[in-house]
Amino acid sequence: MKFYYTLLLFLAVSWCTQAQHTLSGTVQSAANTPLDGAHIHVAQWHGTSLPDGYYEIHNITKGTQRVVISYIGYKTLDTIINFNRDVTLNAILQPNTTQLEEVVLVDTTVSQHTARKQRLSAEIIEQYSNATLGDALKEIAGVYTLKTGTTIVKPVINGLHSSRVPVISNNVRLEDQQWGMEHAPNLDINSAGSISVIKGANALQYGGDAIGGLVLIEPKKVRTDTLIGKTIVTGNSNGRGGGVTTSLHKGNTKGWVWNVNGTLKYMGDRETPDYILSNTGNREANAAGSIQYLGDTYDLGASYSFYNATIGIATATHIGNNVDLVRAINNGTPSVIKPFTYTINAPKQEVQHHLAKLEYNQTLQNNASLNAEYAFQLNRRKEFDLRRGNLKATPALDLTLITHSAQANWKQQKNNTTLKAGLSTLLQSNEASPDTGIRPLIPNYNKIDAGAYAIASHRFTNSFSAEAGIRYDFSYVDASKFYQKTRWNSLGYNGVFDNFITADFGTQWLTAPEFTYHNVSASLGVRKQLSSVLDIMGNAGLAMRNPNPSELFSDGLHHANGTIELGNLGLEKERALKLSATVLKRGDVFTFEATPYLNSINNFIYLQPTAAEVTIRGSFPVYSYRQTNALLAGIDATTQWKPTQRIQHTLNFAYVYGENTTDGVPVIDMPPLNITNTLRYTVPQWHSLFLELRSEAVFSQTRYPDYNFFVAVPQDGELISTLADVSTPPEGYHLFHFGSGVQFNLGKMQTAVNLSVHNIFNTSYRDYLNRQRLYTDEAGRNIQLQVKFNY
Amino acid sequence: MKNVKLSILALIALTGLNSCNNDDDATIVNPEEVITTLTATFEPVAGGETVVLTSRDLDGDGPEAPIISVLGNFTTGASYSGTVSFLNETETPAENVSEEILTEGDEHQIFFQQDDLGTFTYTDADVNQRPIGLTFSFVASTTPQTGLLTITLRHEPNKAAAGVADGDITNAGGESEAMATFEVSVVAP
Repeated sequence: MKFYYTLLLFLAVSWCTQAQHTLSGTVQSAANTPLDGAHIHVAQWHGTSLPDGYYEIHNITKGTQRVVISYIGYKTLDTIINFNRDVTLNAILQPNTTQLEEVVLVDTTVSQHTARKQRLSAEIIEQYSNATLGDALKEIAGVYTLKTGTTIVKPVINGLHSSRVPVISNNVRLEDQQWGMEHAPNLDINSAGSISVIKGANALQYGGDAIGGLVLIEPKKVRTDTLIGKTIVTGNSNGRGGGVTTSLHKGNTKGWVWNVNGTLKYMGDRETPDYILSNTGNREANAAGSIQYLGDTYDLGASYSFYNATIGIATATHIGNNVDLVRAINNGTPSVIKPFTYTINAPKQEVQHHLAKLEYNQTLQNNASLNAEYAFQLNRRKEFDLRRGNLKATPALDLTLITHSAQANWKQQKNNTTLKAGLSTLLQSNEASPDTGIRPLIPNYNKIDAGAYAIASHRFTNSFSAEAGIRYDFSYVDASKFYQKTRWNSLGYNGVFDNFITADFGTQWLTAPEFTYHNVSASLGVRKQLSSVLDIMGNAGLAMRNPNPSELFSDGLHHANGTIELGNLGLEKERALKLSATVLKRGDVFTFEATPYLNSINNFIYLQPTAAEVTIRGSFPVYSYRQTNALLAGIDATTQWKPTQRIQHTLNFAYVYGENTTDGVPVIDMPPLNITNTLRYTVPQWHSLFLELRSEAVFSQTRYPDYNFFVAVPQDGELISTLADVSTPPEGYHLFHFGSGVQFNLGKMQTAVNLSVHNIFNTSYRDYLNRQRLYTDEAGRNIQLQVKFNY
Repeated sequence: MKNVKLSILALIALTGLNSCNNDDDATIVNPEEVITTLTATFEPVAGGETVVLTSRDLDGDGPEAPIISVLGNFTTGASYSGTVSFLNETETPAENVSEEILTEGDEHQIFFQQDDLGTFTYTDADVNQRPIGLTFSFVASTTPQTGLLTITLRHEPNKAAAGVADGDITNAGGESEAMATFEVSVVAP
């Protein structure tokens, strides 16, 4: 109770105080190296920069304040700033030459980080407040999205997705049944303080299986004694709904620190330029909170988050068999178009995700620290289909996934060397409810993981550093699953996997498949500073990923897609060797970054249309999990050009070439070439006005494998063999987006209003990596109005 | 030391909580919604040979193809009163799905696709006075024919769309729940 009173009191106080502003930016050396731990003082307020040089200081009162930024070995920056809005100050500190002459200082010119971490700005995270994590990540070059409709969005990094791209939220790996293509990460983007992407298998601390890359989500950290809050209200024209998110942070240098935030979203049917996408509304109600005690040499924290979403699946994508599929493809427009509604009927998904975590950090002697944490996750997923009679309200798929994980990490910094090591364990169980009346696509299973890693990074000279790491993972999976005997035989399991059979139930076998994996992953990275503004980084990573339960066990009709999906008990683990390099040129006017990469994946697992199977419902396309050797090569590039203080141009370019080297055909579902140009015009004097025009050009994917098949369609008393073109990618498209915003003080609050238009010209298009592209267009123009209050 | 204690605690919690789930064998599911058997029965109005068309797929969505059987031939110019029935034979006793289709008649329609075999006319109606197709009449062609007859059960078709009420499947949309093609003959008596 006392806590709530304190909370109310804090709220009241924060509303009564004067207008408050935030100073943020980065601290770098003249050689463009981020300075970790620089002190920033603004009158009585102060802060410290993070390892990437970033800092934020909140609650600065309006008016002229003296700002001092200092770092040992560098000349102190001392300036006066008039705070009548939030201010960004990117400081470049000059080396203090006299000091360098007197003492032989270790010149921290080159960072020990050999892997490039790309971060989304707070502005981007806020802009996508009412959208999804996947949508926001698309702002980073080389990140594409794999979608099922408009709301189920997952990131594709360098052509890879799903369990190849783990999402790590607050140091916990999200275990949320995200293995299938139509399962998006269950995470509220508004609970994130920062979101970053690591491309490549360089993050051994988090696992050895990040063949595609890693998405890191960290909570907001406020390191000063302050209480700040934020509320964002968003309204969207497309979907005729919006969202509200609100958060409150109590920061401190010592003692208690806490965060709370909550989000509500309510959206109706989306619209394409020509028709309503019936049953594409969604709802979300999310909440998260954390509390932490910061002691002198230790801190202790607990956090909890809850994600709760209901997502409609476009009715038009729900088909019965191959004839319906051909009809949908050839018609061009969906078979079901109903008037706009907020109602969400079947087919739909209902997902709930609980994540609770306990964490303990201890600072030891000799610059060492120890971290231990335990996390519990509960994920419930219900998928509802169009069903008959009294089964209408019964989900077609009902899964409960429980995950316990624990890890301990040790870190020591000593002169030019940083050592990290750790252990992790995971226990997981999935239960597929038999009450659905449908044989579950994913069976009951238990999984045990254990892993250990060690990473060393060392700065050899002022301009050269290297990092090497190794990790071992053990994994054991045992499942309990019924196989129809006919299916068991047709998959060729008879005589091969007989040892898995435990009981005979007439037409079905009860089986208990068991798998054990031992994986070794490793990474090696180097970073060389070629000049004061030019860095190159090189990385080599070996990653191993075990086939996930959907790849092993999927069996049966996937009602939502009208396809029969078949797993394969004989799948081997994937082994990927990824080589990448990053060229990074930083400057005040022009910044350039390019990352070419080569990813050779042995036993690459993919889902391929392989045959048609006839049942009494008609024939169905059969999608089987296959394995091949694949080579992915590509380049991501970003440039930023600031010819004047007011104008900024950003270019994002991404291309990936995927080849199935075993069959000599392209790899299915590779993102097409995409280029984004953004032109931004800023007038700081006029309420920090910004105007932005963005062009998003997505080319047609010309490299695709032909997995088309023919379907016998009855017509005039004959069966006509008709092509089911499931392979040909849609045309390329070019969209224009507009963004604008101003900031001003509303009473005691600092307020920002942003207006943006997505797809200005209401272009109709379909995207190759949208699972629903065979059935419907993408959503059309969306006008978004967003009001943000900072207090 | 604290960390060690904490990790041990966490591990105990882990094993303790998880152990209750360790022997959860899967429960057998007999799909309730599956249609395994479609039977179309044509009873000649003036008496004579009954024609029975059956598609039977006992493994449901499994890999085995349905077994199609055609019993009897149509007689040129003859009138038949027909019924279509659907069963789920994975259950014992078999579930009669036709009753459910009749109850939800406004969400279902059966279509007969053929050419020159004869004329189909719906003889039943849903709450909106639109046909379902569980009962119908058929008048066979006056000249001998051999051809394909495709019977399709659609779930949630657009029954108001052009031609649908007359049995034209083109604009029906919806989702096929059962579909079978039979090779039938109309022969002179």
